[in-house]
Amino acid sequence: MSLSQWRCRSLRRVAVVGVGVTPLKPTTPEVSYKELIFDAALKAYADAGVDPRRDVESFVCSSEDFYEGTSIFDEYVPDQIGGALKPVCTIAADGIYSLATAYMQILTGVFDVVAVEAHSKASDIVNISPIYDLALDPIYVRPLGLNANFVAGLEMNAFLHSSKTNLMHCNKIISKNRKNALSNVIAMNSTNAVPRRDRVLSYPLAEEDVAPLADGAAVVVLAAEDTAKSLRDDLVWIKGAGWASDSPNLETHDWDTATYAALAANQAYGQAKITNPVADVDVAEIDDTYSFKELQHAEALGLAGARKAHEMLEQGVYDLCGDLPINPSGGSLGMGHTLEMSGLVRVIEVVQQLRGMAGKHQIAGDVETGIAQAWRGVPTASGAVVVLSR
Amino acid sequence: MLVKKRVAVVGAGMTKFMRRAQETGKELAFEAAKQALDSAEMRIQDVESVALGTAPDAFDGVHMKGEYLLDGAGGWQKPYSRNFVGGGTGVFSAIHGWWHVASGLFDTCLVVGEEKMSSCLPHPQTAFLTIFDNMIERPLGPNLIWIFALEMQRYMQRHKIPKEQIAQVAVKNKRNALDHPSAQIARAFTLQDIMSSEVLAWPVQRLDISPVSDGACAVLLASEDVARKITDSPVWINGVGWNLDTTYWTNRDLYFPRYVANAARMAYDMAGITDPRKQIDFAEPYDPFDYKELHHMEGLLLCRKGEAPKLTAEGVTERDGKLPICPSGGLLGVGNPIAAAGLMKICELFWQLRGEAGKRQVAGDPRTAVAQAWGDLMQIGTVVVMHA
Amino acid sequence: MPIEPQGTGLREEELERSDVLTVSYQPMARYAWATGIAISRFLRGLKDGEIVGTKCDQCGRVAVPPRIFCEWCFRRSGTWIKLPDTGIVNTFSISYISTDTTRVKTPTIPAVIQIDSAGNAGFLHIIGDVKPEDVKIGMHVKAVWLEPEKRKGSITDIRYFKPTR
Repeated sequence: MSLSQWRCRSLRRVAVVGVGVTPLKPTTPEVSYKELIFDAALKAYADAGVDPRRDVESFVCSSEDFYEGTSIFDEYVPDQIGGALKPVCTIAADGIYSLATAYMQILTGVFDVVAVEAHSKASDIVNISPIYDLALDPIYVRPLGLNANFVAGLEMNAFLHSSKTNLMHCNKIISKNRKNALSNVIAMNSTNAVPRRDRVLSYPLAEEDVAPLADGAAVVVLAAEDTAKSLRDDLVWIKGAGWASDSPNLETHDWDTATYAALAANQAYGQAKITNPVADVDVAEIDDTYSFKELQHAEALGLAGARKAHEMLEQGVYDLCGDLPINPSGGSLGMGHTLEMSGLVRVIEVVQQLRGMAGKHQIAGDVETGIAQAWRGVPTASGAVVVLSR
Repeated sequence: MLVKKRVAVVGAGMTKFMRRAQETGKELAFEAAKQALDSAEMRIQDVESVALGTAPDAFDGVHMKGEYLLDGAGGWQKPYSRNFVGGGTGVFSAIHGWWHVASGLFDTCLVVGEEKMSSCLPHPQTAFLTIFDNMIERPLGPNLIWIFALEMQRYMQRHKIPKEQIAQVAVKNKRNALDHPSAQIARAFTLQDIMSSEVLAWPVQRLDISPVSDGACAVLLASEDVARKITDSPVWINGVGWNLDTTYWTNRDLYFPRYVANAARMAYDMAGITDPRKQIDFAEPYDPFDYKELHHMEGLLLCRKGEAPKLTAEGVTERDGKLPICPSGGLLGVGNPIAAAGLMKICELFWQLRGEAGKRQVAGDPRTAVAQAWGDLMQIGTVVVMHA
Repeated sequence: MPIEPQGTGLREEELERSDVLTVSYQPMARYAWATGIAISRFLRGLKDGEIVGTKCDQCGRVAVPPRIFCEWCFRRSGTWIKLPDTGIVNTFSISYISTDTTRVKTPTIPAVIQIDSAGNAGFLHIIGDVKPEDVKIGMHVKAVWLEPEKRKGSITDIRYFKPTR
């Protein structure tokens, strides 16, 4: 559906009433995944001013079995989020998909308050590389015996070529996000080092192009309008949510364009009545699992307008103090990459920016509308977008 | 509560349920999805969203299995997502699809349930070791049958149920399945057959268990306006409910699935059902093991606790009885490709309520029915009430 | 049913004879899970020959296996408590198959052991030193521990539970 074809539907208004996220860390040996999630949940419910046992009517969690090392991992989610003996379900996707699910659940009219949870205990995985490889097609791709990073390498090469982006632009993304992260209290990063690109993983992908893994947990509480208004004044509304999947087969993969992001944004912008993203969006938290993805996503999300994203980057438009800051949080490159929690951390960042509570990395001026976007990682062409505004 | 939009099932399709399919998971998903679309005379272009359910990635040996299956399921360039609630997934997928439409965000949703268990070597059941607690249960070397055996034992003990009454469910469902075209392994068994089958983990015997299978199902959901344009006989999803109990199953009394009762109450409430025993015409509760049908009949509040075995013995739950249970033949008869099996029950409700169930048709013009699935560590109840 | 179900069923012999082409793969998925505050304490307790639980200050429920939160009150559980290593059998089974479904001669008797003074809280373990036909729900049992020097902080530091009377 194109923007113009999206039907005008009168939907309930849904707002974010509470957020909670633990500081991202490379390892968290002192707590189990349940305890980490409990921490984030306590924070979110305190922020929302709700008692999950009494006030939260449904819970939606994100997880993937092979990231956890447990099959049917959804068995293990309810207790630490206050969901025992309540409607709890799991969506096998990024946290923004779960947020969109919670949004739909409230729109049905059946629930007024729904909590969303996502986490990463990447440090519990001894070696994540073979897990990524396990997502490759077992018949056509795995027999090639390649490390899954090759998919990112191929994409990067194609994208750089088509868009005439170069490695210096990728370096600039890495530096921008690392620098932003230094002002973000929950970010893992502590370096401002200039990328040297001397360790190549899968040409042209270098080690520094890859966001380092982090542990963490995040919970977001949504509420329908009346309930939301009774809880707080600084509400952040969900104006639109979209998600889409392009071909899962590498043979028909779109190598230079993030079509899935464009499709998802189309839906979300359509609902939010955004026709000119460059002008209408004040802040964007978009996926940068690999440095080049930030530019590829920026273009697909309409954040470069008619120009190339690298031109906007060169002119400082995407800087923290630019006209359209991208990843003021520091992104995954700066904060740390939290697997299926990545999108939810970005949602929380946008919420904090809109509330004016982003502390040292608060964007100046009127921050009214923001977007958060997630990509499910190699080898997928799937992602979700949510539009949030005051 | 007033649900934003009424949702109907307008088409359904399913593959054979086979011990081992030559088709890949993608192909199984495609066959079912295509049939569901064809049955409603719709094309994939007309579908606005796709919701998929499939159980553990460990069976297929593919991480992020939902991504792998999406092209077969019709998700290409569409809003596509996967729900995962263990054994409850099959029925839950219909709920997952339901809120796509009930929210007002989409007019149509294609729901697909797929399972290819046979890929896992040496046996799909070995993958179930990893469902147990990673820290304090796996070192004991448990297997999946333990869970069922422990629950079955508690249920039998509490109500003093003789094994024969439980085995009768297997006899009934395996016989019902003879009339189901998807049932590849359907055979009539006698009570004696069940009772003398190999003991695996007492009180569970081999023929108490539904056969491991590969297969896929799909249903097409549509909002009221669109549904009426597609078909003269849409079947409405009137009520949905789901409930997840605490992970700590060893801190609970397993004789009664209170989470199924909670889910049922939520669904009945939404559907305006105040007396399920009278108002439900037939039911498809989840029956991966024979005792589970009884356990779930009670969880669905269709009879008193401990009463289900007696109703079975009296013939009440036969296809021509007063309250037919699993007229399809259930998992015991048709097969158990986990996520597809639950969705198979939704398909059965669809066909029965339209009078299209052929030799399996329950008499008396049924109008209201309930489908239910269960899963995780004896934890989740997922319930859907449908009405013609 | 108005549709003709599709699908091509294969028989085991077809696979063994290689009448169909197959691809096989052995995933490498290894994990080292942080046991965290509650389970670390529980496992250390087992190494020391004792069973440890937590008690919620609000509702008074005892949790074993322990957790730092009470899932019913949704608050931090207040206190660590030492529990006896005795209990009763809540439910049990007599299992003739192992994890990979192969048949075993000597059955294993898995059970849910409700730990004494912990309400209905307990955990999964094995019953031993008893004939299968003598096991009953409600039977009183006591933990049989590994020798102290052999314990390593695992649920298997308890070898099994045996009947006390």
